[in-house]
Amino acid sequence: MEFFLVTLLNSLSYGLLLFMLSSGLTLIFSMMGVLNFAHASFYMLGAYFAYQTSVYLGFWPALVVAPALVAVLGALTERYGLRTVHKYGHVAELLFTFGLAYIIEELVHLIWGRAPVPYRIPEILDFSAFSVFSTKYPAYRVFMMLVSVGMLGGLFLLLTRTRIGLIIQASLTHPDTVEALGHNVPRVFMGVFAGGAALAGLAGVIGGNAFVTEPGMAVSVGTIVFVVVVFGGMGSLAGAFVASLIIGAVQTFSVAFDVSLLTLFAKLGFTPDPQSAWMELWKVTIAQAAPVLPYVLMVAMLIVRPKGLMGTREG
Amino acid sequence: MADPVVEAVARAVRNAPASGAEPGLMHWRRAMVWAAVAAVLIAAPQVFNQGFAVSMLSQMGIAIIFALSYNMLLGQTGMLSFGHAVYFGLGAFFAAHALNAIGAGSLHWPVSLLPLVGAAAGLAFGLVFGYVTTKHSGTPFAMISLGIAEMVAACSLMFPSFFGGEGGISTDRVVGDKVMGVDFGPGVQVYYLIAAWCFVCMILMFALTQTPLGRMANAVRDNPERVKFVGYNPTRIRFLMLALAGMFAGIAGALEVINFELITAERLGTAASGTVLLMAFIGGVGHFYGPIIGAILITFLQSALSNYTQAWLLYFGLFFLVMILFAPGGIASLVTLHKPAVQTRLLGRLALPYAGAAVAGAVLLAGLIMAVEMFYHYETKREQVGAVMSLFGQQFDTTATGPWLMAVALLVVGGVLLRLAARPIGAAWTEIAAAVNRGQGN
Repeated sequence: MEFFLVTLLNSLSYGLLLFMLSSGLTLIFSMMGVLNFAHASFYMLGAYFAYQTSVYLGFWPALVVAPALVAVLGALTERYGLRTVHKYGHVAELLFTFGLAYIIEELVHLIWGRAPVPYRIPEILDFSAFSVFSTKYPAYRVFMMLVSVGMLGGLFLLLTRTRIGLIIQASLTHPDTVEALGHNVPRVFMGVFAGGAALAGLAGVIGGNAFVTEPGMAVSVGTIVFVVVVFGGMGSLAGAFVASLIIGAVQTFSVAFDVSLLTLFAKLGFTPDPQSAWMELWKVTIAQAAPVLPYVLMVAMLIVRPKGLMGTREG
Repeated sequence: MADPVVEAVARAVRNAPASGAEPGLMHWRRAMVWAAVAAVLIAAPQVFNQGFAVSMLSQMGIAIIFALSYNMLLGQTGMLSFGHAVYFGLGAFFAAHALNAIGAGSLHWPVSLLPLVGAAAGLAFGLVFGYVTTKHSGTPFAMISLGIAEMVAACSLMFPSFFGGEGGISTDRVVGDKVMGVDFGPGVQVYYLIAAWCFVCMILMFALTQTPLGRMANAVRDNPERVKFVGYNPTRIRFLMLALAGMFAGIAGALEVINFELITAERLGTAASGTVLLMAFIGGVGHFYGPIIGAILITFLQSALSNYTQAWLLYFGLFFLVMILFAPGGIASLVTLHKPAVQTRLLGRLALPYAGAAVAGAVLLAGLIMAVEMFYHYETKREQVGAVMSLFGQQFDTTATGPWLMAVALLVVGGVLLRLAARPIGAAWTEIAAAVNRGQGN
């Protein structure tokens, strides 16, 4: 029970972090039809910028400075990169973000090196917030959840309750009409791209010190975020939310189970031949299979329901 | 809804002009081209006969098969895959185990036909994964192919006895007795084996583009709706093309095993898939020969640049971005672009403006290289070897302001010059366009 509750809380904080990434990706995708391969790179940049800022100014300024810097980079990417290649179609746009992700990773290698950087949780948050039975639950995890929930609430209000949100929503579906009404749609696109990048950057600021800040973080998180977006249904924010929590839970829970098919077979009273070539497969525990599980889930979802959990369109 | 990804590729391909020659003449011309390709393949190791050159030529042959098989998806069927190395890698692993079995005497199979093992494995996995992935097209297909690639890469760490863990599976290509004096010991023999397979695969893949399946694949790329109207199933065409592309990738994988006698799990990872995408895209996906150019160029750059600079991956990425921004049809499209200039005999008119742009580009490049190399030196080597580095035969102190200012100045001057150089190029092209129009008017 204790284990279950703690893991549930961990999976919730991780799932919310995933949603900070997948929400930006989904917004950008539904607006421009572009899958931003560099999205996770913005997450990584957020973490590294936060680290660098926290060296000079401390954690709290970093919470603002790093996402702002990432937002500026996002805006520049849209204005001078994506908008230039837009006329060549979506393949070129996709490949542009792919190449950008590649370059960002190389630059991070160059500037901060290949080893993880010591980006730590601020001391003021380094205590246990409460205890679940005998396990002390770290306050920083709670802080992460608060930041994500606060930010997501803000995003929801912005999109549904404000004039800007209305224009964004209208630009998603009827860009020509919005333009005819006198709004600068390309600037809205730039703003959304910058906003999505800032969300990813913020996720990097609060995720970078909870996990590890290293050059491989973009790739490892990036593919999971893609799984989330496909699993939840391309272009659906609600789907992305549910999928983030599910994939977050799957990833967090699976590493804790040391059970293999062999254990199951033993329960069923069946002993496979130890010499058999399948033995290696039977011996794999869920914990060992943890990295594969999100992809298996994704493939299963695609077979059963190609639109994804809440997707409205296919392809 | 026509998929935007597909449309974009289709647009790039439609812009390629159709050959206007008579059918008889075209066949003859085509035979000449293939004969020339065969001659180049045979002569290459005689001209470049140092050990590393032969090894590089072998890698190029493998890369050509791999990149062409990738273009069966991207260029011909309009499927952007981020996981093509899966079929290459799995084909390679099955071939490696088969080669070990041949060595142990438990399997009787000639080494020269080992690529058939890779082909079978690539085809089998192409059928399995293709069944799942080709239900989608466009961006969702791209993401799912990435997911499959990640899944296989993650699996490779779970099953060390098949994938060999971190160290991979090593093998020995010299097994059994010599057949007609050939045992694939020397690199040159391996090269000729790869060249033969490369030639056969090139012909097969080209022939495929001429078959009804190849034509329907182009139709699926251009307009899947209409393919449905005329009674074909686009999903099945995508599925068949993916399975066949997987087969050719498996052949390339098996040849890689013969060439390196080692295969590691990173050869089926996403980075490898990214590399083949780069090759096809930089070469040009709109032309059959585009990926061949890309494969040769990228393989060369990979081996050449990585010898000279630590920053080669960065240059690589920048080169890729520049190509996307300014020549999204790849090198092959740049070649096609100049056809009207050749036809109107005005190619000479472009020489001077291009020379100007080349000078400007060289200045810009020098500034870029200087800045990047000094940065790398400052960040990674300063503590071991001191702040001074040599570049272009000069000594630069990476802690002083002077060299940095110089790099920035070169960048700025190069950028401005390039802007200026663009104008005469534009003027020359206007002249060529006018000449083409006059020609059509007559």
